[in-house]
Amino acid sequence: MNVTPYRIILCDGTACINSGSRKLAAALQEQLAQHGLTDKTTVGLSGCLGMCDKGPILVVNPGYTIYGRVTQDDIPEIVEEHLVHGRPLARLAIQEDHLYNRFFRVFGDAKFFGKQMRITLRNCGIIDPENIDDYLSLRGYEALAKALTDMTPEQVIAEVEKAGLRGRGGAGFPTGRKWKLTAAEKAAPKYIICNADEGDPGAFMDRSAIEGDPHTVVEGMAIGGYAIGAQQGFVYIRAEYPLAIRRIKRAIEDARSAGLLGKNILGSNFSFDIEIRLGAGAFVCGEETALIHSVEGMRGMPRPRPPYPAAVGLYGRPTVINNVETWANIPVIILDGANWFRTVGTETSKGTKVFALAGKVVNTGLIEVPMGTTLREIIYDVGGGIPFGKKIKAAQTGGPSGGCLPEQYLDTPIDYESLARAGSIMGSGGMIVIDEDSCMVDVARFFLEFTQDESCGKCTPCREGTKRMLEILTRITAGKGLPGDIEKLERLGTMIRKASLCGLGQSAPNPVLSTIKNFREEYEEHIHDKKCRAKVCKSLISYEIGEKCIGCGACRRVCPVSAISGAAKTRHTIDQDKCVRCGMCFNTCKFEAIAKG
Amino acid sequence: MDNSKKITITINDKQYKVDPGQTIMQAADTCGYRIPRLCYHPKLSVEGACRVCIVQVEGMKNFVASCCYPVADGMKIYTNTKEVRQARRDIVELLVDNHPEDCHTCERDGNCELQRLVYAMGIRHRHFTGERKHYEKDLSSTSVIRDPDKCILCGRCVRMCSEIQGVHCLGQAYRGFNTVVMPAYNMPFAESVCSTCGQCINVCPTAAFVEKNHTQELFEKLNDKSLVKVAQFAPSVRAAIGEAFGQPMGRNMEGQLVAALRRLGFDYVFDTQFSADLTIMEEGSELLERLQSGGPLPLITSCSSAWMKYMEQFYPEFIENISTCKSPMSMASSLFKTYWADKMKLDPKKVLSVAVMCCTAKKFEAARPELEVHGLRTTDIVVTTREAAWMIKSAGIDFVNIRPEKFDEPLGLSSGAGTIFGVTGGVMEAAIRTAYELYTGETLVDIEVNDIRGLKGVKEGRITMDGQELHVAVAHGLGNAHQVMEMVREDRHRFQFIEIMGCPGGCIGGGGQPYATANSIPLDEECLKARAQALYDLDRSKTIRRSHDNPDVQRLYREYLGRPLSEKAHELLHTHYKAKTPRGIVSRSLKVV
Repeated sequence: MNVTPYRIILCDGTACINSGSRKLAAALQEQLAQHGLTDKTTVGLSGCLGMCDKGPILVVNPGYTIYGRVTQDDIPEIVEEHLVHGRPLARLAIQEDHLYNRFFRVFGDAKFFGKQMRITLRNCGIIDPENIDDYLSLRGYEALAKALTDMTPEQVIAEVEKAGLRGRGGAGFPTGRKWKLTAAEKAAPKYIICNADEGDPGAFMDRSAIEGDPHTVVEGMAIGGYAIGAQQGFVYIRAEYPLAIRRIKRAIEDARSAGLLGKNILGSNFSFDIEIRLGAGAFVCGEETALIHSVEGMRGMPRPRPPYPAAVGLYGRPTVINNVETWANIPVIILDGANWFRTVGTETSKGTKVFALAGKVVNTGLIEVPMGTTLREIIYDVGGGIPFGKKIKAAQTGGPSGGCLPEQYLDTPIDYESLARAGSIMGSGGMIVIDEDSCMVDVARFFLEFTQDESCGKCTPCREGTKRMLEILTRITAGKGLPGDIEKLERLGTMIRKASLCGLGQSAPNPVLSTIKNFREEYEEHIHDKKCRAKVCKSLISYEIGEKCIGCGACRRVCPVSAISGAAKTRHTIDQDKCVRCGMCFNTCKFEAIAKG
Repeated sequence: MDNSKKITITINDKQYKVDPGQTIMQAADTCGYRIPRLCYHPKLSVEGACRVCIVQVEGMKNFVASCCYPVADGMKIYTNTKEVRQARRDIVELLVDNHPEDCHTCERDGNCELQRLVYAMGIRHRHFTGERKHYEKDLSSTSVIRDPDKCILCGRCVRMCSEIQGVHCLGQAYRGFNTVVMPAYNMPFAESVCSTCGQCINVCPTAAFVEKNHTQELFEKLNDKSLVKVAQFAPSVRAAIGEAFGQPMGRNMEGQLVAALRRLGFDYVFDTQFSADLTIMEEGSELLERLQSGGPLPLITSCSSAWMKYMEQFYPEFIENISTCKSPMSMASSLFKTYWADKMKLDPKKVLSVAVMCCTAKKFEAARPELEVHGLRTTDIVVTTREAAWMIKSAGIDFVNIRPEKFDEPLGLSSGAGTIFGVTGGVMEAAIRTAYELYTGETLVDIEVNDIRGLKGVKEGRITMDGQELHVAVAHGLGNAHQVMEMVREDRHRFQFIEIMGCPGGCIGGGGQPYATANSIPLDEECLKARAQALYDLDRSKTIRRSHDNPDVQRLYREYLGRPLSEKAHELLHTHYKAKTPRGIVSRSLKVV
């Protein structure tokens, strides 16, 4: 009989909750009770570990055994084998080598974690995000204490500046300089804002970070407040993130109860508190001036800059706005020092970057890598490559504001300048892998549809121009492209990029312009040859039944528009006028008799 | 400014010395460049939305909107490179691509800023046409029509409505291509907090806002032989209507308008200035009565229809402070259908009472049921200065060269005090001229009260009458009205008499006045000053400059009304107001103090 006191951690991130992690808790308690282990075993929750496609994740400590894709039915076996008999269950364990790095101690998929370096996510998947003691036990709030007791505000700013930290929201403005500018302003009061209005489709860096380790954001903001002389902070977070909201709320309350927020923090003269403001999900509210308007209770529309928020921000006062990931870096920089932080990353881009890896890649999920890691390393080492042996076509970074980089750019190191040089942007951390089955015109159309829909409507280029670009792209994918359409897209795109009021409009044409630059031939094929090589654009493909057909009738039965005819045991035919190109016949045929062309 | 403090900028490779602290657009304006612009308006906050005013600045990756970017020493600006010209052209094309192509049949044809811009940008063919937005027109209001199809989202109306007028009725709703300007909750104008002031019309570069047009109805009635057609027009109409006929700003066209209205088919043309004199008799007496009986003070003027609706919505707790006098227009109309009809032995139902006003809110006022006399609506039709100008053109009347004619009697003679009603401070000045004399029994020698003249938003003045000092305030534009009312809220005893006009500059800047010409901008200060000067000059040219000296007013009291504030006067010339709470306004009973 095993007597080891086990601590079991259930991942309680949104992805794992969606794959059923919360059903496991009850089953687990039941099994523990059955085996009389209830007193000896603790069950805790954690934030996102990053292995979202392998969820739900269950970790057994000591030993850091990570179980993936656990179902309720697996629980009795895990309890019986691992907890009672001390024999980790190989069948479910995600386990290769044992790894240890500075901030992250974990068993697991060596390739997935091997090239990662978790600084901002250092506690995610390790601590219970709703338990301040967990955070405190891992040097939580030590950085704040250090700043308040050993450092002047100027020293804090100097340290952040020296660390070379740049804004992780996408633009990469040096954080230290932003703080310095705000600190130098005479107007008061000043404000701190955490931008958690993550809006890129498919991106979930900020959500996971707050869900997994909300206190590090709170601590970072408090340090920022001390540095610039602000007493009030706001977390602007999307209302669509209920779990993250709950956790950041809880973190703020717990920090307040512990004297880590509020009046005279840790006996110092510094007072700082944080309030939460919910965003209604408008993408443009990630733009800082629109965000400020939204916090003020007005329509979230950007305004021209200058003046910058550092001088005229929230309620017209000097304001520092940084995003979640930027704030999460602050405690580490203060604790371990700028000198150490500078050892991570490249010449111009220090530290790490979190990415939400998605698309046609084996391991989709949340990753954090040092700046300078190449796209290839991310996609093939961390991401495990492209599934089903397909060929990679492009990597899309920066979400709807970013660009598509073709295969020849895969050795581009991830940093602000290199990505910009290659024709994309760092962005806030979306990374979508595109394989040969994707049509680049369609990809561009997808992103533009998003930005066009999310345009605030204030400035003409973005409001009217993206609409016209989308119309042109739509007609190209519908096989109605006209000669000159590519040039029109370029003309509009360049104008919108250079003439729009805010970052949303200025970057909206990027997916289109970068795909035209790198995949122009696909556009030309669509327009001139009426051909979609990836066979994605429905209007440009057709299905034909070939000689392999044995006349089984399966395709005829699934066709929703009765476009297929043919007698039993004779070759069937498709009426092209009726066919809606849904592809159901193609997927149904067991004899590979149907060709997509 | 001291020349040594100037900075040097380069525009299109030529150097200029300019004052620091301005935007590129302002600096370029002083150097002989008028960078094309659309959403910019000097009286409103900088929106930076239309992007028409983009320029290139050396060292900057993107174009810069010149309306909102500050100049710096050594800055190299390019306003007309091939690249920026093409971008500017394309931006304007994008606007017009989402705009109905109905210029020929549009209210603003020939007077549209977008149309001018399209021409100036050289858009001779289209590259990017596609889907166009379509919305229903909002025809619900008595005064203002909203047509979102023509809106180019420059946001001037929104800023006007909130920043200058303080009404906050208009705002943008929805996003991106679906963005549309509308009242809160997409309420019909008629049910919204709209004050009907019509300033959105004045600043709109296109025809997204126009007045509710009553010209067809009027043409029809003018052809009805069974009616006796009576017109009146407001003081400020004569000071502005010439602009619609290419006349210089501030030219008084009183006689020409009288003549033109007769040629349009009116049987009698009277002057609203007559009833302005009458208003002074009533309101001046009201002021004296309140001063003597101790209140309620301050007395606040009620001539401005937009101000009345605004007050009923936002400051109903001051209803008892509002003068019970009807506006001069409604006083005149009441008399047309009573005193004058009696005198002429006419059936009041056969009298068509028409008012030509500088104002869209007067259309709302005319429809107020509480203004009916003996069950009859008194002002049957209100047309704006713009509508009147169009009717005159449409009827083929040679307005500019017509021989000026005089008003009909007995409701056509007015004092200079009635004239200056049309400009901010005028009612106050006119009232002082009369009240002083009624109160002290002495004649006011220096009758021009300069403290309360001019375009300052809130003006204060002190008048000593028989040792008693009156503290008075004058505000024009509803935003300024709001400021004054907040002062009153804070200290009810601060002022004894307040004049409020709903529009910037008073009636001369009314929502129904001629559109800005190609070389001007809406609400141009020089234009307002010129119109005001026209009225001050007219005042000065008159021998009778005090309302109580108007012999026809005296005769009216003698023959019909008895004395100011008599029962008859109350029946015909006074009214009452009541609180209005359109959706979006918290009822006062719920107000947390």
